[in-house]
Amino acid sequence: MRRLIPGWIQWPQLDVPLLLGLLLLMAFGLVVLYSASGENLDVVYRQGIRLGVGLLVMLALSQVPPHILRIWTPWLYAVGVVLLLATWFAGVGRGAERWLDLGLFRFQPSEIMKLAVPMMLAWYLHPRRLPPEPVVLVVSCVILVVPAVLIARQPDLGTALLVAISGGFALFLSGLQWRVILGMAGIAVAAAPALWMVMHEYQRNRVRTFLDPESDPLGSGWNIIQSKIAVGSGGLTGKGWLHGTQSRLEFIPERHTDFILAVLSEELGLIGVILLFSVYLFIVGRGLYVASLARTTYARLLAGSLSLTFFVYVLVNAGMVSGLLPVVGVPLPLISYGGTSIVTLLAGFGILMSIYGHRNFIR
Amino acid sequence: MRLRRLTGYGPGQPLKDQALEGRQFSIRALTAFLIILAAIFLLSLRYVYLQLISYEEFTARSINNQVRIVPVPPNRGLIYDRRGRPVAENRPAYRLELVPEKTADLKATIEALGRIVELPEDAFERFAENRKRYRVFDSVPLKFNLTEREMARFAVDRHRFDSVEIVPYLARYYPYGDLLTHVLGYVGRLDVNDLNRVDEGNYRGTTHIGKAGIERFYEDGLHGLSGIERIETNVQGRVLTVLDRENPVPGNDLILALDVQVQQAAWDALGDRPGAVVAIDPNDGSVLAMVSKPAFDPNLFVHGISSEDYRNILNAPGRPLFNRPLLGGYEPGSTLKPFIGLAGLELGAVTADDRVFSSGQFFLPGTSRPYRDWKRGGHGWVNMLGALEQSVNTYFYQLALDLGIDRMHDYLAQFGFGSVTGMDLLGENAGVLPSREWKRGHLSQPWYPGETVIAGIGQGFNVVTPIQLANAVATLANGGTRFEPRLLYAAKHAGDRQADKIQAPVGSLLPVRDPANWDLVHAGMRLVVHGEKGTARTIRPESGFEVAGKSGTAQVAAQALDEDMDETTATHLRHHALFIAYAPYDKPSIAVAAVVEHGGGGSREAAPVARAVIDAWLSQELFR
Repeated sequence: MRRLIPGWIQWPQLDVPLLLGLLLLMAFGLVVLYSASGENLDVVYRQGIRLGVGLLVMLALSQVPPHILRIWTPWLYAVGVVLLLATWFAGVGRGAERWLDLGLFRFQPSEIMKLAVPMMLAWYLHPRRLPPEPVVLVVSCVILVVPAVLIARQPDLGTALLVAISGGFALFLSGLQWRVILGMAGIAVAAAPALWMVMHEYQRNRVRTFLDPESDPLGSGWNIIQSKIAVGSGGLTGKGWLHGTQSRLEFIPERHTDFILAVLSEELGLIGVILLFSVYLFIVGRGLYVASLARTTYARLLAGSLSLTFFVYVLVNAGMVSGLLPVVGVPLPLISYGGTSIVTLLAGFGILMSIYGHRNFIR
Repeated sequence: MRLRRLTGYGPGQPLKDQALEGRQFSIRALTAFLIILAAIFLLSLRYVYLQLISYEEFTARSINNQVRIVPVPPNRGLIYDRRGRPVAENRPAYRLELVPEKTADLKATIEALGRIVELPEDAFERFAENRKRYRVFDSVPLKFNLTEREMARFAVDRHRFDSVEIVPYLARYYPYGDLLTHVLGYVGRLDVNDLNRVDEGNYRGTTHIGKAGIERFYEDGLHGLSGIERIETNVQGRVLTVLDRENPVPGNDLILALDVQVQQAAWDALGDRPGAVVAIDPNDGSVLAMVSKPAFDPNLFVHGISSEDYRNILNAPGRPLFNRPLLGGYEPGSTLKPFIGLAGLELGAVTADDRVFSSGQFFLPGTSRPYRDWKRGGHGWVNMLGALEQSVNTYFYQLALDLGIDRMHDYLAQFGFGSVTGMDLLGENAGVLPSREWKRGHLSQPWYPGETVIAGIGQGFNVVTPIQLANAVATLANGGTRFEPRLLYAAKHAGDRQADKIQAPVGSLLPVRDPANWDLVHAGMRLVVHGEKGTARTIRPESGFEVAGKSGTAQVAAQALDEDMDETTATHLRHHALFIAYAPYDKPSIAVAAVVEHGGGGSREAAPVARAVIDAWLSQELFR
């Protein structure tokens, strides 16, 4: 067989268990999406296209060796910051200045940052002695905070936090001392009132509603309540695929995007939820395993923080849907419909694949 | 070089111990994975809590969400006249409804709608008031009976009004307009006060309720029983499927005893003079016609009358809102004479042949105040027949004195004077049938003999309503059976093919001492129309049937009662003209009381009206 294939074609070295995990997740997602979209095949089709594009991006990136990525990293980060600054002046979109119109398509610069921030930190920490020294820590924090603040003022608090967290993971994985971690957490808690001051009114309302959704059951508490009803009424085995009343009758807000997990919970029950969590857990676990296989600091930190960030999406989204966390616009990764997030996420997995494929490279 | 040192990518960096870092990383990665495991475990517990422990609560709330129980209002029963002409119909119409809870700024929305459809100035206040009887998230009607133009204009701007919808319904329509207003009454917008008199549950989906007349009296039967629909709605409240439905039971169709043709004849005969006509079938107490003129268009009230229209009706001459047959108190005048005559005969105060001399003036013994006859110089010697034929006051002055006020009161009371007839309309006026006791009770004054004298010709304190008078005539005509008059002839329950005939209840059976006495009074009334000197001989029919009648004139201003009032007398000072009649004389099928306000003489003005009514009825009866 091998002889029939020209030698210059290098077969992608894909991490098959990770790929299978992702494909399983996507298939699961499309099935749920069919129901959540009100049996709209068109929506499923478009999501399929998006996933396909994402997979292609993943395949392409998996062929780029990590040291090449490392060389590009500062430039990607710089471009991302410039684009974020550009949204100050040229942003378009409904209320929030998140989108940049590039003529052919519109595009969210904050998506780049989801990759660029952990890449930049990995790049920065790569040649340094770890755990990082205080000066290094301060510079790392600047690398992390600048884009987070730019995104937060778009305003997109959810993405800003995710970007900051992904950077935080890089620092955590770099072996930051626990006392420093706890100290920073303390500062973060102390800074909460300041954060409250700079928040937009709608963001404050989300927090207020989260703290007591029943206080305004017809207004902003509606989403959380309806989502909880959907989840709770699903029970152990669910109402059956395509038979979720909360979903079909449109009581679930954003049912095929941010709240698609509510649809899944309602129709497939606790069993479906646990199954989904297991797939996610497998993917994250596999990602961390890939990270531990890597031989360079850059690759390790990047693979580790991408995997952990992926999991944070799941945690935040599932927490939001079940009323544990305030409503922030975080999609259920690879299942929620639409957005550039699918491509970004799969690009991240492309990097993981690359790290896996080039795990024996020392550079 | 500086940049290189800053970025760390350059010489002079300490050597990194890759193996140590790798171990360090693995420990951190494992720690992170354990934290993740813990997090997902806690998250799963949350889902266990929601989906297993709180399952029942959330299931109940989910069902509560999806299923709405919606009342289905029954179709209101139709109303027909006795010949099957529809007099109250239901017509398809459209109304505008609004869900206040889904409207961000209610006031602004109503104002904006006011630029598209016609709304009263106080639309917002009215809406706020109406809203009170609806539940949260119910759709509340804002405007009824949209015109096609309004609907088209709303359709164009619909996107601006998420919470507003056009809803089809059946609107009440009265094809005969003001002709039947005071019989049928009308339906109007159901308000909070109305709910006190009905079963609120049955009216959940109902927007209109009978406010007056037949519509009000027979509200229960006309309304029907509300049905229920369990519907599945989406979050916008749009109906997706009807899960099950308990059909409403439509209201009963009512068939009135009233004959529109007879009603029309009475209406036309009154011309543009205010007045009242009531016709009753003496055989069963059913009301054949009941006219109050002027009236107003009841259709104005169905969709919520504008303040301008209402002002116009209030200020219109002749008080169109006033239900004359039911509420109008008139002095009966000479129309009371046949009843007093009968009282005299039956109670033995007078015989058929007893004669009285009429000189034109009558004096109480020992006094000098004259009580007059309407004819100067008097009528000479008259017996009962002549006294009735020519309406001789002196005869009845004497008879009243002989009877005494209390005996007269007690006898006339049997005909229903001084009390409500008990007909099927609300708010009837009882009128006044005076007696010593009545005067003591109401005026705290003793009774004077002079009052007995004028009571003998139906003046003084006497007050009758047209319905009372007509019913008394019917009782007289049928020989002593007093019915409680009924407008309702029959009711047809939904699904039945046959209507159930409603029998008018018998109020009382009058004692008859000697039928000849009754025949004599009947004969006297016949002479009023058919006698040589009859006061109403102008309305004598050429052939076919005979009419018994009696004219009367009710004093308006304090003025001597001469039947020949001057044409130049100011209209509002003229007397009311009254006429009672029944026909055919030998086998009565209609008894009439007609009042023409400020008409002047009863026989000249009111008698032709009664005759027109009789003709309309008999032509229908004879040539059916």
